[in-house]
Amino acid sequence: MNAGLLVILALAIPTAGAALIPLAHRFPNLRETITLVTAVALLFVVMALLGDVLGGGHPAFVLTTVVPGLDLAFAVEPLGMLFGVIASTLWIANSVYSIGYMRGNNEPRQTPFYVCFAIAIASTIGVAFAGNLFTLFLFYEILTISTYPLVAHKGNEEARVKARVYILLLMATSMLLLLPAIVWTWVAAGTIDFAAGGILAGAGLSAGLLTVLYTLYVFGIGKAAVMPVHFWLPAAMVAPTPVSALLHAVAVVKAGVFCVVKVTVYVFGLDLLAETDASDLIAYAAGGTVILASLIALNQDNLKRRLAYSTVSQLSYVVMAAAIATPLAIIGAAFHILAHAVSKITLFFAAGSIYTAARLTEVSQLDGIGRRMPLTMTAFLIGALSIIGLPPLVGVWSKWWIGIGAVDGDQTWAVAVLMISSVLNVAYLLPIVSRGFFLPPPGTAAGDKVRRTEAPLPMALAIGATATLCLVLFLGANTIQTLLAMIVAVPAELAGNLPGGDSHGR
Amino acid sequence: MIGENLPALQVILPLFGAIIAALVRRGDIAWLVTLVTGVATLMVAFALLVKVLAGGPISYEIGDWVPPIGIEYRVDVINAYVLVLVSVIAAVILPYARTSIALEIREERRAWFYTMYLLCLCGLTGITITGDAFNAFVFLEVSSLSTYTMIALGRDRRALIAAYQYLIMGTIGATFYVIGVGLLLVMTGTLNLVDLSTRLVEVESTRTVSAALAFIVVGISLKLALFPLHVWLPNAYAYAPSVATVFLAATATKVAVYLLLRFLFSVFGAHFAFGQLVLTPMLLLLSVAAMFGASIVAAFQNNLKRMLAYSSVAQIGYVTLGIALATATGLTGGIVHLFNHAITKAALFLVLGIVFYCAATVRVEDLAGLGRRLPVTMAGFVVAGLSLIGVPGTAGFISKWYLVAAALEKGWWWLAVLVVASSLIAVIYVGRVVEVLWFRAPTETVAAVRDPPTVMVATAWLMVAATVYFGIDTNLTAGVASLAADSLLQGPQ
Amino acid sequence: MNLVQEILAHYNHWITIFLMVAGLYVVVARGNMVKKLVGLSIFQTSVYLLYLSPGKILGGTPPIIGEGYSGYANPLPHVLILTAIVVGVATLSLGLALVVRINEAYGTIEEDEIFETEEQFQPGEDE
Repeated sequence: MNAGLLVILALAIPTAGAALIPLAHRFPNLRETITLVTAVALLFVVMALLGDVLGGGHPAFVLTTVVPGLDLAFAVEPLGMLFGVIASTLWIANSVYSIGYMRGNNEPRQTPFYVCFAIAIASTIGVAFAGNLFTLFLFYEILTISTYPLVAHKGNEEARVKARVYILLLMATSMLLLLPAIVWTWVAAGTIDFAAGGILAGAGLSAGLLTVLYTLYVFGIGKAAVMPVHFWLPAAMVAPTPVSALLHAVAVVKAGVFCVVKVTVYVFGLDLLAETDASDLIAYAAGGTVILASLIALNQDNLKRRLAYSTVSQLSYVVMAAAIATPLAIIGAAFHILAHAVSKITLFFAAGSIYTAARLTEVSQLDGIGRRMPLTMTAFLIGALSIIGLPPLVGVWSKWWIGIGAVDGDQTWAVAVLMISSVLNVAYLLPIVSRGFFLPPPGTAAGDKVRRTEAPLPMALAIGATATLCLVLFLGANTIQTLLAMIVAVPAELAGNLPGGDSHGR
Repeated sequence: MIGENLPALQVILPLFGAIIAALVRRGDIAWLVTLVTGVATLMVAFALLVKVLAGGPISYEIGDWVPPIGIEYRVDVINAYVLVLVSVIAAVILPYARTSIALEIREERRAWFYTMYLLCLCGLTGITITGDAFNAFVFLEVSSLSTYTMIALGRDRRALIAAYQYLIMGTIGATFYVIGVGLLLVMTGTLNLVDLSTRLVEVESTRTVSAALAFIVVGISLKLALFPLHVWLPNAYAYAPSVATVFLAATATKVAVYLLLRFLFSVFGAHFAFGQLVLTPMLLLLSVAAMFGASIVAAFQNNLKRMLAYSSVAQIGYVTLGIALATATGLTGGIVHLFNHAITKAALFLVLGIVFYCAATVRVEDLAGLGRRLPVTMAGFVVAGLSLIGVPGTAGFISKWYLVAAALEKGWWWLAVLVVASSLIAVIYVGRVVEVLWFRAPTETVAAVRDPPTVMVATAWLMVAATVYFGIDTNLTAGVASLAADSLLQGPQ
Repeated sequence: MNLVQEILAHYNHWITIFLMVAGLYVVVARGNMVKKLVGLSIFQTSVYLLYLSPGKILGGTPPIIGEGYSGYANPLPHVLILTAIVVGVATLSLGLALVVRINEAYGTIEEDEIFETEEQFQPGEDE
């Protein structure tokens, strides 16, 4: 099938889902069927595209020209392909989970919830496959707007206030910083199309101006949550857990760091950044965020907030790796988008299951929860170990590539950041697990038998699936590396080398 | 035969329609007359645009008097564009008008409303099409007088005060304009715009000509509600009948902007207005003041119509900003914003008309939870609101893009920052309303609202769809605007 | 002396300017709605003079092509002002009609008294 058509389909399927869902407003089963069918259909289309891209294809086309030089254009390259696959795969798991969660908690206004969710996914796909900065910006903004109702879903004062923070911060950064950065690029480079090797090389901007521009981009992409523009992410935790799981651990935040990597590779170009050191400032800022956010996470008692700060920290891994701007670091950044996505969604699923089955939200309440919900907590452990970066889980690869990428670019301090952060990850994640498994539940003695109360079946299924993915992707890393090597044109044998082999140097 | 007389028909059709509407005295028949006239006017406007795009400017001699002695109607790209804008809005909102007017105006006054509507349309097309400075004054007054009457037909007694205040301010503005034209007449002995532009070159160093420019700019600025000459606008928009608000917000100020463009660029010429006189800093300052001042005031309004009215003042600031930049990109941004803001504001006021129809109030606190009661209608408000903010994918973004690009082209990065910062205030005032409409539990008033008539919702959504369409396909808007900007910048021909 | 002569020679403009400013002053300073309209009319009338007086030529004849008619006055301003007078009358009558309606609705035509009942019309006040 024509690849251009596939891209259109990938956008149209969730959009059509969003249009159909309200029609089935009165029939919840039909409505959920529509969501699931849409999600599966989307995955098929994205997988077909993946086959094309792995075969070396670069499907690209212009849908329409908005203003001369300003096209609504799509171009599928390996990085966007990876992001598209992540979002569409996890959407299925999350849809199954949502059904369990929304029904289990008797949430009101479920139809608008599913509609906004489908629109958010459509715009995520749009971000992934965008062929130029304008298209990227368009879908980026739609993503912000479509997730606002999801954050404000509860409709109480707290939800409204936090949703206000959410939309204002994201809109403010994107309009005040990102839009001027894009227009500036347009005026300076004469184009805003993504191109291998970057488009700013010949624009004649000095190193200082490039630093300003790069900073505008990274902070303008507020979804990447580099401190100090991270406040929206903890605020967004007021949303129902499936939203936090898919959107605020995967789609929205990953859209942010994805945009940063994309701008780094296809707008600035690695060579230009290596020459001018324009991205060093951001590398330091991101490194600081990694540590600082982990420290804040240590002090959070609310489970979802702790996970949110952990996300802030993990996102900055990607930004830091992108800003280091060596080919191997870019591979690490892209890999971390994937690794963190499957790991963190598992953790959020666990948090939502605990809330649904036991109504617990604070870490200090979780004594003995592992005995009541052993499956959930085992999944939580797998996710946590993956985030920490232990084999045989997927999280280990990204830290590996970021590390050697940093050494490659003479930025050894970044390796120190990685190590400190790993220790902090252990400190804020593992106590939850040990508390759950080793402490007796409140009101019982150490030897008492505890009744099992797992979350509803759809939720358990979803959590099992993502935890398994953390293992499977560890083994399947070779395929992914082949895809990622295409981004930076690293020789295949180098990219194919697994850690442990002699893969240092170029 | 008809083809040759299109320029005259553009003005005469609504004029005769107005007379017939006044004679029939019955609201429904007057509406029908208005509808037929409106559609015919629209067709004429389209025909003119097509003709101009194909064959260049058209000159039409009224009564076969040869210009510059006789009055000339002159159509080029820019006023053909404005004519289409005005007549599209006038025609599209008519199906909606019937239901809305039936609710808001007593039967014996309805025919008068339609008469005034057509007279106003006649005045606006007249200002746009004429090539004669004094003739423009006459049409300006035709449109203004009918506007005052339309506003005074509002249900609220405050509409009378609003109309009276507007009458005083509007007349002062028109008189300032006519003083300026008088000074030009004294200096050059002609009123024909093309003729004026050639004869002005010899005398442009005199103080009289500078004074004439000042009078004309101030006079027109009053009509287009340039900050701080906008005080008449919020009350006029808030208390006029819903349909009148839609029509005025979308067209009246836009035509005034056209007239300003015509004088600054075609008559005086950019080199004079922006080169020898210090118009750029002054216009820039006032535009930025409007963008921020009026937006901030809008954020504090409880009456939604007033909120949108203040937002209009702010949006006019974007248009004048584009004019002040006086570059091809900036001018394109300003002109395209004329169109984009017209359809955006029309969509928003159309939705408010529906809200008023259903809930009999437009105060924010009374409308909590309305989004859940009327999801389709209020979704229209959200989409059009996004266009007001300038979110990509909507018409509002296109204008903002051009303005930011124009500022950066000049190296004025601070201005680019100001443009995007002011649209953030729009996020606040639109967001505030959206939050109340959708995320608060419905009040008793809202629970009891009636269903909106389909025709009203359809009209509003037509306009909403246009705001999205013209955010994606800009051949008709930015394309024509850039042609118009080029021809304006070439100056007097 | 020259300056004085210069000033006196343009006495028509001085009258125009006086009427213009006086009219505007009345519009701004008076609270009575009818008086405001009177001021507005004076303001408009000054413009008639602005147009007409430069068109007059001392000793000029009517603009007729024929023997014995030369150095005629420009007829154009007269035609224009005829139109302007019509516009002015229309404005005045519409304004007066509005004042009548306002009087019916509020029982007064003094602005301050109306502003006391309708807060949002006060300058600088927005609900």
